[in-house]
Amino acid sequence: MELRDVLTYLVWLIASVTFILALKFLASPRTARTGNLLGAAGMALVVAWTFFTTDGMFANWWIVVVGGAIGAVAGWLGAKRVAMTAMPQMVAIFNGAGGGAAALVAVVEFLRDTDLHPGELLPLAFVIATLLGAIIGAVSLTGSIVAFGKLQGLIASRPVKYPGSQIVTAGLFLALIAIGVYLAAVSPSVPLFLLFVVLSLILGVQLVMPIGGADMPVVVSLLNSYTGIAVAATGFVLSNYALLIAGTLVGASGAILTQLMTKAMNRSLFNVLFAGFGTGGDVAAAGEEGEEQLREIGAEDAAVLMAYGKRVIIVPGYGMAVAQAQGPVRELMDLLVAKGVDVQFAIHPVAGRMPGHMNVLLAEANVPYDRLKEMDEINDDFADTDVALIIGANDVVNPAAREEGSPISGMPILNVDQAQKVIVLKRGRGTGFAGIPNPLFSAENTSMLFGDAKPSVEALVQGVKSA
Amino acid sequence: MELSAFELLTALFIIVLAAFVGFEVVSKVPTMLHTPLMSGANAVHGVIVVGAMLVAATAGGPIGIVLALLAVILGTINVVGGFVVTDRMLEMFKKRPGERG
Repeated sequence: MELRDVLTYLVWLIASVTFILALKFLASPRTARTGNLLGAAGMALVVAWTFFTTDGMFANWWIVVVGGAIGAVAGWLGAKRVAMTAMPQMVAIFNGAGGGAAALVAVVEFLRDTDLHPGELLPLAFVIATLLGAIIGAVSLTGSIVAFGKLQGLIASRPVKYPGSQIVTAGLFLALIAIGVYLAAVSPSVPLFLLFVVLSLILGVQLVMPIGGADMPVVVSLLNSYTGIAVAATGFVLSNYALLIAGTLVGASGAILTQLMTKAMNRSLFNVLFAGFGTGGDVAAAGEEGEEQLREIGAEDAAVLMAYGKRVIIVPGYGMAVAQAQGPVRELMDLLVAKGVDVQFAIHPVAGRMPGHMNVLLAEANVPYDRLKEMDEINDDFADTDVALIIGANDVVNPAAREEGSPISGMPILNVDQAQKVIVLKRGRGTGFAGIPNPLFSAENTSMLFGDAKPSVEALVQGVKSA
Repeated sequence: MELSAFELLTALFIIVLAAFVGFEVVSKVPTMLHTPLMSGANAVHGVIVVGAMLVAATAGGPIGIVLALLAVILGTINVVGGFVVTDRMLEMFKKRPGERG
């Protein structure tokens, strides 16, 4: 083995260690950022090493420089410009890009090898890994694009199904398997391989369209894991251990994260992927029924209740995110704390559209993170709380989850209904993202403050100031 | 391109051990950091850009070059966007830690 090859292996090792540390350091907010920078440094090292030591780069260096420049500008601008509320979509797009890159690498590799060995069968392990990289990468690409569209509101966020759609999916799977077997065992035909890739792209759309917008975070997490697996597969094809290790690492961690997320919703992954949750069929009827029973409260009265309470728990939800109300929320917290009120935030694991979404937004508004409590930590405290202020959250505080027969039955919820007084800030009278009526809103100790979250919270801030 | 049994087994060892590391590491991340975790893991699989560079180095013919160029672009978007967006999220957690605890 030449010295250069020895060093290459060592560079892969160093990069792999930094990737592991990047994920490991996320165990605490204090070390998380350092970990991420470390991972980026490891990435820079392996990219630079590959660029300067790979045979053939001398002739084709411009592909890397031009492509790298375009990609870097696009990635940088996207990452810097995106609003914190649009973070889930952005992650979906970056993930799709990675999946697309993995699929393309598999395609180029396959074309090159069939070209080098015309008319020969390729080694089985090689064909399997190439096909895996192509299919999973392609599914991740188009699936992420659909997920992006649903989160961004470009595509209907409701589950989109058509008659026989499951048969089409099954047919796609069978066709892909048949073509795969043919490519591996009979002949590595290029047109068939390209058909394989096109069918994989269609499969990605087909798999994500029937899933409701509320479940997109789980889907993004799962597709993230898929891209990891696709990268690992291409790493195997290229005999590159940096890709193999990093891809497997992400594939495994993404799978665990996906499982944690579905567990927080008390659902199985199968249910998320195939149940078409939140079709919204009976929403209208239920909404009409409950409407006249809702009690409304003015911002001044709500502010007084909080200002003279001992303990207030704020429950943020997606409504806070869309309204960009985190700044005023923090101001409200400061004012209440100055008046001697104990203010905590109760964060449901799936509040907003991604786990930790609320934490990111509130951290952006400088809310100290030790005021943010996870569900299990704070759920017993509601009984001892004067006011639970709910800002644009719905399903995560829906007591229907405790009963049988609701689509969210069994989902752990925040026990806000045990607080003395519940004040709900809500944009309109509609149901939540899951399209399920919420009996909390008509409960005896609940009052509604309708309106966009931002002006509503600002009105509360004014109210507390003059209280 | 012919893989020896030793190489296959080495790859198998790496895959199994890396998967265990992935499971272990993620289980210790608190819920509040799950969004940055998803984004950080997303950045890590941006290492596919290295794969794109490797195929770019050997790419020949207009089709191969166009596909390799596209792969490099997408891979770079993944890696640059991934790390930058994760850093932006984590930067917020670092501001004034523990204040008024």
